[in-house]
Amino acid sequence: MTTGVVRAIAVSVFRESVRDKVLYNLVFFAVLLIAVSYLLSQLTAGQDMKVIKDLGLAAMSLFGLFIAVFIGIGLVSKEVEKRSIYSLLAKPIGRQEFVVGKYLGLLLTLFVNLAIMAIAYYAVLGAVAWVDGAWFRPHWEAPAVDPMLLKAIAMIFLQLAIVVAIALFFSTFSSPMLAAALTFGLYVVGHFNADLKNFETVVDSKPVAYVARVLYYLLPNLAPLDVKSEVVHAVPVPATYLLLNTAYAVVYISVLVSAATFIFARRDFK
Amino acid sequence: MTPRRRTGVFVIALAAMLAVAVALQVVRDRAFAFARVDQQVLYVSNAEVMRRAALSYDALLADVYWIRALQHYGGERQKAGHERHYDMLYPLLDLATTLDPRFTVGYRFGAIFLAEPKPGGAGRPDQAIALLEKGVAFNPNKWDYYHDIGFIYYWNLHNYEKAADWFARGGNLPGAPFWLRSYAAVMLTRGGDRQASRTMWTQIGQNEESDWLRKTARMRLAQLDALDQIDVLTRIVNEFAARTGQRAQSWEQIARAGALRGIPVDPAGVPYTLDPKTSAIGVATSSDLWPLPTEPAAAPELSGTTPPVPR
Repeated sequence: MTTGVVRAIAVSVFRESVRDKVLYNLVFFAVLLIAVSYLLSQLTAGQDMKVIKDLGLAAMSLFGLFIAVFIGIGLVSKEVEKRSIYSLLAKPIGRQEFVVGKYLGLLLTLFVNLAIMAIAYYAVLGAVAWVDGAWFRPHWEAPAVDPMLLKAIAMIFLQLAIVVAIALFFSTFSSPMLAAALTFGLYVVGHFNADLKNFETVVDSKPVAYVARVLYYLLPNLAPLDVKSEVVHAVPVPATYLLLNTAYAVVYISVLVSAATFIFARRDFK
Repeated sequence: MTPRRRTGVFVIALAAMLAVAVALQVVRDRAFAFARVDQQVLYVSNAEVMRRAALSYDALLADVYWIRALQHYGGERQKAGHERHYDMLYPLLDLATTLDPRFTVGYRFGAIFLAEPKPGGAGRPDQAIALLEKGVAFNPNKWDYYHDIGFIYYWNLHNYEKAADWFARGGNLPGAPFWLRSYAAVMLTRGGDRQASRTMWTQIGQNEESDWLRKTARMRLAQLDALDQIDVLTRIVNEFAARTGQRAQSWEQIARAGALRGIPVDPAGVPYTLDPKTSAIGVATSSDLWPLPTEPAAAPELSGTTPPVPR
């Protein structure tokens, strides 16, 4: 696999998403945050800082999710539908390089998107604190411009990276609609995993509980990557916890991208 | 017609149609005001179901339910006393705190709204305690919840033993303020004492981080001042009746007799009411201090701390 080719494909995916005006969502994000922060001070009985933090992190996660799913499912299938895959594969591009390049390209788009949103987020929090005349008030659990929020943003990025890998995996062998449904399905399941782990408390059957336990370890586990609430409430999130989550995400993504590459390498486009 | 002109005409036509739609709505709303159904609906009442359905957006949904709880409480408070119904308050607060179990303000402010006697609040100290106990179950080391439960037992339920128990439990937690344990002792020795109430509200006013709770503490202290002043005024009214052999019919009558220099006003600046039939004195319903808290039967007479009656 040539790094240069992968990089070229990744950059072209990023450029295409910019051309497709994907980053326009940033304007919505900024307007949403500014409008909400202006309105909330009258509505929340002193909880405006918490609500702005919650809303900003949720919006980052939600906007990112839509980008990850709706662009992710088209990464491969769009090229097949437009038949541009024939001219692409006629070039000295390996199928592995194609899939990995596509994945990294969308990841780059998400990273830039999330980075700009984070800057806007901190700017709004700073502005609210400046208008309020305090960077920290005793009844807030954390300062307004809290660097710890970056932990939650990093974990959102990891969640999105897994979702993109799932979407890419499904897009290599199914239609965009089915891929979108399956990706959203796994995203939802990824937040219910704890139930699968403790299934023996719900059913008496040992085999069923065993299957549920196996599924717990096999299906993407996204809930532990959600530390938004902890960060907003200034609950410490240890670095080792973040490192373990990062390692889990990297390994899981590697499995999905490898599987996607494997399937795509064997697909017949005749 | 040029394409530019055509676009202009189209935009104007569109704006005109929109204006007609707005006008029709205004006419309809004015003519059929009775058709409006002012009904508060809670589509999902099971907090646990909502928590599951929220996926990773539970904290944001908690904020939404918190804002709904505030709007419900504020909206009902604006209605006339007999029209106020706070039925949705507990379910909304339960949803908010289940979705975000660390939502301290949700538990603490919510408990105040619930415990506040009718018509100012829901008049449900039992629900307030249940909400705070939920907070204790999630975070057993948060002394604030123990303090608030103790306070509801003291202020709303006049159950001094239980109040003392909760204050003592909270006072023993790491990081709890020193005065919390002394509350427990005060409860057991001087449960219904107005001076004890004054000390506790002063403490809250000085130590609370929230502006809203400090404001509440100031209001409660003003109510205690009003109770002290009513005691003094009752004495004056009784003396007037003993001296003249008839019940005072108005403050002006007492003032003319020289017992008062004018019409007495409460700490919020609103004249006290005097019932000519029973001689009962109270604060007016228009006063910010209305309704005054219910006092335990055996509140002892205080000396030296009674604020002067404004005459």
